[in-house]
Amino acid sequence: MNMLNAYTVNATIGGMTPILLAALAGVLCGRVAVFNIALEGKILIGAFFAIVGSYFTGSALGGVLCGVLATMLFSTILAYGVTRFRGDSIVLCIGMNLLASGLTAYLLRQIFGQAGVFSDPAIAEVDRIVIPAINTIPWLGWIFSRQTPITYLSWLLVIVVAIVLFRTPLGLRMRGIGQNPEAATTLGIDVGRTRRWTVIAAGALCGLAGAQLSIGTVGIFAEGMSAGRGWIAVVAVMLARDNPIWAAAVCLLFAIADTFSVQLQAQGLPNQLTDAVPYVITLVALVIGALRGRRRRMAPV
Amino acid sequence: MQWELETIGVTKRFGPVTANEGVDLRVKKGEVHAVMGENGAGKSTLMSMLYGLLQPDDGEILIAGRQVHFTSALDAIGHGLGMVHQAFQLFEELTVWENIVMGAEPARRGFLDRRRAIASVAGLAERYDLKVDVTQRVRDLSVGIRQRVEILKALYRDAQILILDEPTAVLTPQERDGLFAVIRALRDDGRTILFVTHKLHEVMEITDSVTVLRQGRVTERMATKESTPEAIITAMTGRSVSLDVAKGPATPGEIVLQVAGLTVGQGPKPAVADVSITVRAGEIVGIAGVAGNGQSELIEAIAGLRPGSGRVTLKGRDIASLRVAERREAGLAYIPEDRAATGTAAGATAAETLLMGRQGDAALSRGGLLNLPAISERARRLIAQNDIRISSERAKVGTLSGGNLQKVVIARELDHEAPLLIAEQPTRGVDVGAIEAIHARIVAERDAGRAVLLVSAEMSEVLGLSDRILVMYEGRILAELPASEATEAQLGLLMAGRTGEAA
Repeated sequence: MNMLNAYTVNATIGGMTPILLAALAGVLCGRVAVFNIALEGKILIGAFFAIVGSYFTGSALGGVLCGVLATMLFSTILAYGVTRFRGDSIVLCIGMNLLASGLTAYLLRQIFGQAGVFSDPAIAEVDRIVIPAINTIPWLGWIFSRQTPITYLSWLLVIVVAIVLFRTPLGLRMRGIGQNPEAATTLGIDVGRTRRWTVIAAGALCGLAGAQLSIGTVGIFAEGMSAGRGWIAVVAVMLARDNPIWAAAVCLLFAIADTFSVQLQAQGLPNQLTDAVPYVITLVALVIGALRGRRRRMAPV
Repeated sequence: MQWELETIGVTKRFGPVTANEGVDLRVKKGEVHAVMGENGAGKSTLMSMLYGLLQPDDGEILIAGRQVHFTSALDAIGHGLGMVHQAFQLFEELTVWENIVMGAEPARRGFLDRRRAIASVAGLAERYDLKVDVTQRVRDLSVGIRQRVEILKALYRDAQILILDEPTAVLTPQERDGLFAVIRALRDDGRTILFVTHKLHEVMEITDSVTVLRQGRVTERMATKESTPEAIITAMTGRSVSLDVAKGPATPGEIVLQVAGLTVGQGPKPAVADVSITVRAGEIVGIAGVAGNGQSELIEAIAGLRPGSGRVTLKGRDIASLRVAERREAGLAYIPEDRAATGTAAGATAAETLLMGRQGDAALSRGGLLNLPAISERARRLIAQNDIRISSERAKVGTLSGGNLQKVVIARELDHEAPLLIAEQPTRGVDVGAIEAIHARIVAERDAGRAVLLVSAEMSEVLGLSDRILVMYEGRILAELPASEATEAQLGLLMAGRTGEAA
């Protein structure tokens, strides 16, 4: 069995990008104590509007920008919902997920007159960057060459998010807000404003995730094409306890599991079984994480 | 005379309730000024206005002679005020220095300047002898150290006027002494301290002047050394309250509680080490000791909340292997140390709280269903008998003041007329007026022939209430003495583990 060829490794890394970006969005929101489970819906919105932008401007960059801006706008529901209107983030996020799937299906019919799937030669896809020096080197080239700029950006963003959170005054305030918003308020920190901008910035990351999914991978839009990636990102955020580096590591684990399941299928196992592999791994990871957490909480007693 | 902080005719109303009426407060620069009053006298409202959390309806606030109008705490901080709240406002998972610089971080090119932050916080701590490891996480700190972090937070923002809201309520005696040393150092540095409290001896010990509030008005204003505890209490309560507990001699009867060789915990230093206690009917046995010397563990082991080895007999019956409910059934009433966390549930109504533990009684339930009319009826009776100030038996207990909540717990525990009453810190955080009532109630229980085991960190309470005193130190009973012969100085030495000097 030849699992580790250039194509699968390359696709695994590229396929991980939307989950990683969404997880970073979840990490940011988690740090300011907004439990964001609307990642799934936000990815879908990002994917759809990236197609819209790409189709009408004829440029991939136009598509990415359109996806990002639309998702930021969509995120204002959560941003203002949990601050100014004191809503419950879980309820808001469930609503947003439902709205995203309904809205994208509706607009697909209204704008393109299509149902289910939309593909068109006018959609400009994001070009992959080939690095000739390493392109054919096993592993190095498979991983680091022929990826979209969004993928490279996602790796950079892991570092940027970590630096912002742990090395800047803004990050300190975000962490403070997450732990004790009342205490942060007494120190003159505008909790509402910080939360709003964090949620909107997280929206931008989800927009990028969606753009990678639609115009960065296949150049089509399909209803419900986020297909659980946002939920896997939520799990990654929880397992990583809002730490961006750990979140990236968890995303990598999930990506490897996903590839593994595809390969198993190629070996002749029924796809109903192999499709379950990533979810089984998620479940196992959650249980391990919960046990670890319990031990940590009980340790000081 | 130029006052550092002055209020002129400050008034604050909440709907029909007037919390502060025409309050004139005058505080000199560089003094420790006590603001005293019972719960609900308007201390918190006044402090909230000084700190910008509330705005006065009428009147003026002046700092160093200049009128100020604060719209937020940030405004107040900008004018040199700092406040240490009773409930700390800290970030558990962050380090000490991160907690302190939060919101006013030293930065270099957009990044946090850790080295500068740590150096300035550590320097500040050293200057006022506030011993704190600034790189530790707050999660790992004791209450006393957390309070220092709060004080440092205010000092880091260069607070000239520091408001301390009931700062000693959560401290052990040693921590309290440490805090007082810090307060003196701050005063000597020219800072002004507002010390909000209802503990008299602390006012006498640390403050320079006193303002007393009652029902939202200033009833007394004087220099501490010209006042007396009696005068302050009269100003606080509007009547003269006896500081001494009125009680006749005890007439001990048969043995009710006998603890023999009780050990809790393991290793060379168990929390409770081989303790033996006898409590007879009609006497109050007080356990004195600095908090954390095994008193809580001892009481919890007797009540059945914590495993221990040794014999515990109640009226001759071995209860050591019984569960909590069975021990209560056997005749044990328990007023726990923390009434909010273990004594009551904030979301429960008064009727439910008074029912807890009695839900199986034949009069209150039938066939597994609660007899609600009977429960309400009983709750109304207990509320009336115990003078609990609550709108109705259907109101939730979470809204009650400390004293009122304690009355609920006491009403429930004493209603079951158990031969043994265990009272753990029965008056902690309770008003002077209510303390008197609770003490009278405990003495009445004794006179009714019940055995009372009292634990208190307040030396005056142990001395005033007990017939016999046991001093606990590092898990052992260090000494036993009749209350009539004990003195505060002698007890203090014993509580510090110094038997030789106390003899």
